[in-house]
Amino acid sequence: MKLLILLVIVVGVIAVAQLAKIYQLSARLRGHREEEISEADTKLQGSLWIVFMFVFFGMTIWQFVRYGDYLPPSASLHGKSVDTLMNYNLALIIFVFFVVNTLLFVFAYKYRYNKNRKAKFFPHDTRLELIWTVIPSIVLAVIIIYGLQTWTVMTGPASADAIRIELYSKQFDWTARYSGDNDEFGATDFNLITSSNPLGIVTQEGIDAALVKIDGKISKLNNELKSEKGHLLAEKKELESALHGGEHSHGDHDNHEISAEKKAHLTNRLQLIDDVLESGKTTILSEAAYEAKSDKVYRLERHRQRILELSSYELGRGIDPWSVGKDDKIVKGEFHIPLGREIEFVFRSRDVIHSALMPHFRAQMNTVPGLPTRFKVTPVITTDSMRTILDDPNFNYILLCNKICGSAHFNMKMDIVVDTEAEYDEWLNNQKVYISEKN
Amino acid sequence: MEGHSHHKESFVSKYIFTHDHKMISKQFLITAIVMGVTGVTMSVLFRLQLGWPGESFVILETFLGKWAPGGVLDRNAYLALVTIHGTIMVFFVLTAGLSGTFSNLLIPLQIGARDMASGFLNMLSYWFFAISCVIMIFSLFVEGGAASAGWTVYPPLSALPQAMPGSGMGMTLWLLSMTLFVVSSLLGSLNYIVTIINLRTKGLSMTRLPLTIWAFLITAIVGVLSFPVLVSAVVLLMMDRMMGTAFFLSDIFIGGEALDATGGSPILYQHLFWFLGHPEVYIVLLPALGISSEVISTNSRKPIFGYKAMIGSMMAIGFLSFIVWAHHMFVTGMNPFLGSVFVFTTLLIAIPSAVKAFNYITTLWKGNIRFTPAMLFSIALVSTFLTGGLTGIILADSALDVTVHDTYFVVGHFHIVMGLSAIFGMFSGVYHWFSKMFGRMMNTKMGYAHFWITLVCGYGVFFPMHFVGLAGAPRRYYDSSHFDFLDKVMDLQPIISTFAIIGSLAQLIFLFNFFYSIFRGQKAVQNPWKANTLEWTTPVEHIHGNWPGALPEVHRWAYDYSNPAHDEDFVLQTTPLKDGEVAH
Repeated sequence: MKLLILLVIVVGVIAVAQLAKIYQLSARLRGHREEEISEADTKLQGSLWIVFMFVFFGMTIWQFVRYGDYLPPSASLHGKSVDTLMNYNLALIIFVFFVVNTLLFVFAYKYRYNKNRKAKFFPHDTRLELIWTVIPSIVLAVIIIYGLQTWTVMTGPASADAIRIELYSKQFDWTARYSGDNDEFGATDFNLITSSNPLGIVTQEGIDAALVKIDGKISKLNNELKSEKGHLLAEKKELESALHGGEHSHGDHDNHEISAEKKAHLTNRLQLIDDVLESGKTTILSEAAYEAKSDKVYRLERHRQRILELSSYELGRGIDPWSVGKDDKIVKGEFHIPLGREIEFVFRSRDVIHSALMPHFRAQMNTVPGLPTRFKVTPVITTDSMRTILDDPNFNYILLCNKICGSAHFNMKMDIVVDTEAEYDEWLNNQKVYISEKN
Repeated sequence: MEGHSHHKESFVSKYIFTHDHKMISKQFLITAIVMGVTGVTMSVLFRLQLGWPGESFVILETFLGKWAPGGVLDRNAYLALVTIHGTIMVFFVLTAGLSGTFSNLLIPLQIGARDMASGFLNMLSYWFFAISCVIMIFSLFVEGGAASAGWTVYPPLSALPQAMPGSGMGMTLWLLSMTLFVVSSLLGSLNYIVTIINLRTKGLSMTRLPLTIWAFLITAIVGVLSFPVLVSAVVLLMMDRMMGTAFFLSDIFIGGEALDATGGSPILYQHLFWFLGHPEVYIVLLPALGISSEVISTNSRKPIFGYKAMIGSMMAIGFLSFIVWAHHMFVTGMNPFLGSVFVFTTLLIAIPSAVKAFNYITTLWKGNIRFTPAMLFSIALVSTFLTGGLTGIILADSALDVTVHDTYFVVGHFHIVMGLSAIFGMFSGVYHWFSKMFGRMMNTKMGYAHFWITLVCGYGVFFPMHFVGLAGAPRRYYDSSHFDFLDKVMDLQPIISTFAIIGSLAQLIFLFNFFYSIFRGQKAVQNPWKANTLEWTTPVEHIHGNWPGALPEVHRWAYDYSNPAHDEDFVLQTTPLKDGEVAH
């Protein structure tokens, strides 16, 4: 390693020395001044613009040929119009790109310096300026109108018979939820999230489970805090001085005297502390850890309070508000959607902002904690058909996270399967109902 | 200021706590170069991982130690590098470095003033900038590493230390550094505005100003109006982090715990951030466009075409930049109708931008073009401004943005339109005004080599990214090689990285040329480029107060190149009008 660093330094020094030499040589050349560009240089630099233009355009065309079919045909209905829009826009910008860059590079070459010529004094021309204000305006008006038409259709409200599927994001995976037989999602609350209720669905069982869990945590922490050796010893010392304080004082103050009742109380406490200390079941915490743990207890108690408040709310809109979520179905790993049906995805997030990107469906929407978002998609090609089209038996549609969300951001994905409606129904029937999974 | 003082200045008052705008401009430039080298080096380090994911590079371990165990970049370190690279390049190099260097150097010199309106504020502006640089660099070395939530630091990711290691102390320092940075920027901008409005020399009306000054003025106004909004976002975020408020947080369950925060909105932060963030693009770009206007006109030996249209389009860009911010937020769940409004305003910006591009090209038309390195960079700037601007049309169209939002397409777009364009403008300015800063010339041949390698590598890095993005590859991914659907474009990644490495190494030519020329460069003459503007009437050696005698008087606009009424192909602004000559 050290050798390598040494090598780099040596090479660096040699390079700098060589550069200095080149520098001196080129500066001394025919006693020329830096600001005077020789005819040879002018010619070379002018030609280099043309060479650059051909290389640049050549590479651009090569990339379009090689990577132009960047994505397979759109697997969603709105995606087809997005692709058409994209193609028109790309065609336009590629055209302008070639024309204007050509003008720039060719002018640079053509009007290179010639000491016998004087440049044309041409400070402005209202007609020309009007032309290149008005033409872009018209073109842009067309782009805007066409673009917004597509946008309005794709972001419009979902139809009444759309299937609603919830996509739930957290660091670093996705969960899908289907509404079950009653066609309605159960209410959710982030306070109720536990390992057995990862989406925080509100049911009486969920509330009870969350309370049990949180009570467990609080009492565990409290036990730890209560048996902290340092604090016990400190309290013991305090108690002892309180109990014996009266005897040691020289009588100039009478506030050390304590009632018999209080004395008994203190003695009891002292006894308790001694028992704990003798039993050896003490914990040892740093002051910072002690603080952090008591703080955590405080936070958990507030959390507990919020859960209790929650159970007093009227949550539903009809039938039994607590049972709406019981038939919801929760799916991980991959989720299925039926061909030709409009799907309205509802997005929620547990912790930070994520973004649901489904490149094959030309769909993307952020998932924001505290703010449900939506995006509708109508799949038009089943996974099987797409596998045939692409001649790739392993192909799968994919859902990615596209908003930086932490260290495993790049690995937060879920497969999407587009079934025929019959296959989809069968698949959905086989999925477990949320509440039964818990029991 | 008459008869500037003759007492010998101490080292400290001359080089460190100086009030002299020329020295402050050099301080900004050198600091920006140091930060630029840091930022570019970071990009090479993470490009190694992106080009050859999972492969071991000794150099990574050498540089990063435990951040790259076994020579493979750690995934958290990757995010930290991406974040700090973005922050450094956008703010420290292209905002403070570009505006700070050239506004400071050129405003007094080109308007005929002895110095800035307030030399003291100017000094403070630099030192706030320097402190914020130090804090930002220092944040790399704290526990948990530097801020890692991307340069936009969206909460809740940036608000919660438990969300990622970089959201601990590193994020606190990031926010602190940015606050100081904004103070620096505001002090500088206010000074620029006041100086330009009040201290123009006799005869220099607003319509005779060089376009550089117009660009700096509009940039400063945009900065003064937008940077405070960033501070508000930063302060509210700090409060969410430290004081238990919930401006940007709601309904969060993280680290096995349901947080107290309810009622806040993470999207509110994005609105505040982009209210600065989008104007920021033009804060970066406008000075570069101002510089290139001056350089292209001077070296085409032609007046800039459509001087008033250039001013008008810069004003239009400055104004529109305030009402387009939400085009960064089409997929946040924002009301689609609101999105439509922002599509409209965003695409409007293409009109003044098109006017500018065409005006540059018409300036070249029938010109007599001298290929100085500065001129080459300015011509390249027009190309990158155009190429990058065009892909912006795709991104501004909300329906299309849905498919390419936050993919490599965006990375390619903004690196070309704002990264390359602005850095080309900066290089152009350095080559052009080096003699004004250091009294010596830079080596032209090395300038050529530097330019061509930089241009080819610049496009080589960022052009292919559009295809990677169109294929759906998300940006900020530590590794995209495990997605079958991206296989087709993944062979572009090593190509991009190779260009990035060569392009970065080419900057060593510039660094050598720059620092060597400061000491050993050819002694400059007073007006090497035969330009019209006032800075070329000052002596080569720097003096306090810029002009030894009385301030110059201006009789004409800045662009009388190849004026048929004159024999020479340039006419200094101080030359009185001839009999019968009509002022422009």
